[in-house]
Amino acid sequence: MNFIWLIPLVPAVGAVLLGLVGIRWFSRTASAAVACGSMAIALALSIVAFVQLVQLPPDVRVHDVVLGNWIPPIPLATATGIGSFQVPWAVRLDPLSAVMILVVTGVGFLIHVYSTAYMLDEPRGAYARFFCYLNLFCFFMLTLVLGANIPVMFVGWEGVGLCSYLLIGFWYEKQSASDAGKKAFIVNRIGDWGFILGMMMVFYVFGTLDFRAVSQAVQAMPTETAGFGAISIICLLLFIGATGKSAQIPLYVWLPDAMEGPTPVSALIHAATMVTAGVYMMARTSALFIHAPLVMTIVAVIGGVTAFVAATIGLVQNDIKRVLAYSTVSQLGYMFLATGVGAFAAGIFHLTTHAFFKALLFLGGGSVIHAMAGEQNMQRMGGLRRHLPVTYATMLIGTLAIAGIPPFAGFFSKDEILYRAFLGYHVMWFLAVVTALLTAFYMYRLLSLTFLGSYRGPAWATHASPAAVVEAAIHGVAHPVDAHAHGQAQRKEHEVTHGAADVTTAVWHGPHESPRAMTVPLIALAIGAVFAGFIGIPAVLGGGNALERFLEPSVAGPAHSAETSAAGAAAHHESGESSSVEWVLMLVSVGVAAAGILGARHFYLTNPAIPQRLAHAWPRTYALLLNKYYVDEAYDATVVQGTMAASRGLRAFDRAVIDGAVDGSGWLTRIAAWCAHMIDKYIVDGLVNLVGWMASEGSLMLRRLQTGLVQNYALMMLAGVFVFLTLVLLAH
Amino acid sequence: MTIAPITPYHYLALSAALFMIGVMGVMLRRNIIIVFMSIELMLNAVNINLAAFSTQWQNAVGQVFAIFVIAVAAAEAAVGLGIILAFYRNKDTLDVDEMNIMRW
Repeated sequence: MNFIWLIPLVPAVGAVLLGLVGIRWFSRTASAAVACGSMAIALALSIVAFVQLVQLPPDVRVHDVVLGNWIPPIPLATATGIGSFQVPWAVRLDPLSAVMILVVTGVGFLIHVYSTAYMLDEPRGAYARFFCYLNLFCFFMLTLVLGANIPVMFVGWEGVGLCSYLLIGFWYEKQSASDAGKKAFIVNRIGDWGFILGMMMVFYVFGTLDFRAVSQAVQAMPTETAGFGAISIICLLLFIGATGKSAQIPLYVWLPDAMEGPTPVSALIHAATMVTAGVYMMARTSALFIHAPLVMTIVAVIGGVTAFVAATIGLVQNDIKRVLAYSTVSQLGYMFLATGVGAFAAGIFHLTTHAFFKALLFLGGGSVIHAMAGEQNMQRMGGLRRHLPVTYATMLIGTLAIAGIPPFAGFFSKDEILYRAFLGYHVMWFLAVVTALLTAFYMYRLLSLTFLGSYRGPAWATHASPAAVVEAAIHGVAHPVDAHAHGQAQRKEHEVTHGAADVTTAVWHGPHESPRAMTVPLIALAIGAVFAGFIGIPAVLGGGNALERFLEPSVAGPAHSAETSAAGAAAHHESGESSSVEWVLMLVSVGVAAAGILGARHFYLTNPAIPQRLAHAWPRTYALLLNKYYVDEAYDATVVQGTMAASRGLRAFDRAVIDGAVDGSGWLTRIAAWCAHMIDKYIVDGLVNLVGWMASEGSLMLRRLQTGLVQNYALMMLAGVFVFLTLVLLAH
Repeated sequence: MTIAPITPYHYLALSAALFMIGVMGVMLRRNIIIVFMSIELMLNAVNINLAAFSTQWQNAVGQVFAIFVIAVAAAEAAVGLGIILAFYRNKDTLDVDEMNIMRW
């Protein structure tokens, strides 16, 4: 397993190749081959590594590879004296990172393949650039999950943030896209602030930054049940970092806007991998979190509330990608809830299944958008099932999976979380069940509005009536003309900046099924969404909870928490009673999922007037949800405007006081210089000139004595002698 | 007839008269030769003084000094006449008033 450092490196090589050579010279085929090839190699290596890891006995399933020294030993103060601050470039394969690299490379590879077709309408250079970013992202994501210590993880953490920024703003000519990229980057910075402080604090308390060493060191420390000690502060700071990256309240606002990026990006980064980094990070540091029950409570509450709030917003959104974005926030809330109640393995389980079905849903959404020539408003779709059978079938599987219908993947992972939440906090369980209802509802709403019912979109030209095309062109009927464009305005901007794209500007011939390169990943992910749940079938259903067993060496599982968490202890001591509780909970969750689906079916298919009537009946509530609780507006009014006001104040202060002081000293210097100039000119120079003037004027007068006439001189001499003699004689 | 004895006052009076004649010659005459001769006159007035006091005080140093003065005057005459000759060749005149190029 010494080759595991190659896993992140292969996509990095692909990214460098595409970035340095590809953007200028590669054809589309070459770019796609390099990107997909590097991901295929990484996937193959990951599978080999995973298989080798599984063959080891469970208690030695860890493999470290140190590539070199990054930060040489520096003596640095810690809580227990002077420690040695040293960071190696170390990667670690253990069950947790093995699961993660499989998810990242597996889903990543499929999305790369999908993108080869989806992005085909981009200009050649942009096509290579897109794959360069995508490969770079995979490199950083794999660094993040394989890093054996916090700083190496942080390199990946920041790197995926960078790639997220680059890819959200991929269509940077579009104002909203570049704004969304900046928003994501800045909001993530706030979270990273917490992460960095947490990292510093970890070193201060433990004297090391290696995950394993920290986990071992923390075992010896008491659980901070009563107060808010050092470990709690560390966990809270790390949690702030996780909320930024994983889009939890209060830092979730960037994720919906991130949908400005191309759809494969949303699927890979903003659904399957990057946004789950926060969950992964908390699972990595689970030993710390177990020791900080107060923070665990905060995590659980934030997770549950985020899940609920995002789900309510998702109910009324009309943009297909935005619904999926809020759904992602909501599902991440589930994962945080799992983390908060100590079910780290359940969180990772949900992360894995979510990666499959949410990537599937996003790619399916992309397929729909592709088919509708850039249309994203679900109110202008409908009845697409006829035109996109494969997309519909796979999306249906994804919807059932996320809704939690057995035996699809989401059922097992969500049910595990619900069960553990019930053991932890009944209130949180209730919130999670309501969220499950809402999830089923809004996902089936999405499916209904998009694929079922009757078609509500723009008319399209058919081969049979070219006259209609001409007429449409003449009268400028507002329907998409470029069958492959991602929105009309955008296409025009592309042509302005990149020159006319070399695609044939074809007349739109109506919704059509996507090419094979897009449907095959959809099918593969659909298979994952069906079967991924089987890796973690709970004991009550006759399964072995395989994933939880597998992850046990890496995360603080229920075995550890049994000593520390009263709820966990209760769960395992009363196994007879708990299995019946588990059955009931399972039935409840399946029941609400079914209720949600049937409800959405009733609302949007059998009786489509209900939603409108509801919206009219409670216009305020509807507006509140439609406008996402006005959180963006509130942030704008407080944080953004506050920052702007502070900046303006500081600017005024700068200009008045700082610049004033500088200007004032400049003015004083000028005055002083003027005085010195005057003194120099009229006093110093004046004296010098006076001496010169006197010499010159004096000589002008005296030179007249020098007549050149010898007799004059003789006369003067004589006069002198006479005067002198007179004086001498008078003196006597 | 008795001739009054020659006293130092006579010598001094003669010397002073001779000196003043020389001074007047230097001051008032235009011809440089005359001026030059007047200078010689002043020198000789000094010599008379020296000789007179030498006799008076019965000390030969004064007469020796007079001899030196005569020797120097001879040398000076040689140099002075040389200058005058050179001047005459340049200016075609001996007028002292024309000797005025060394002025401001």
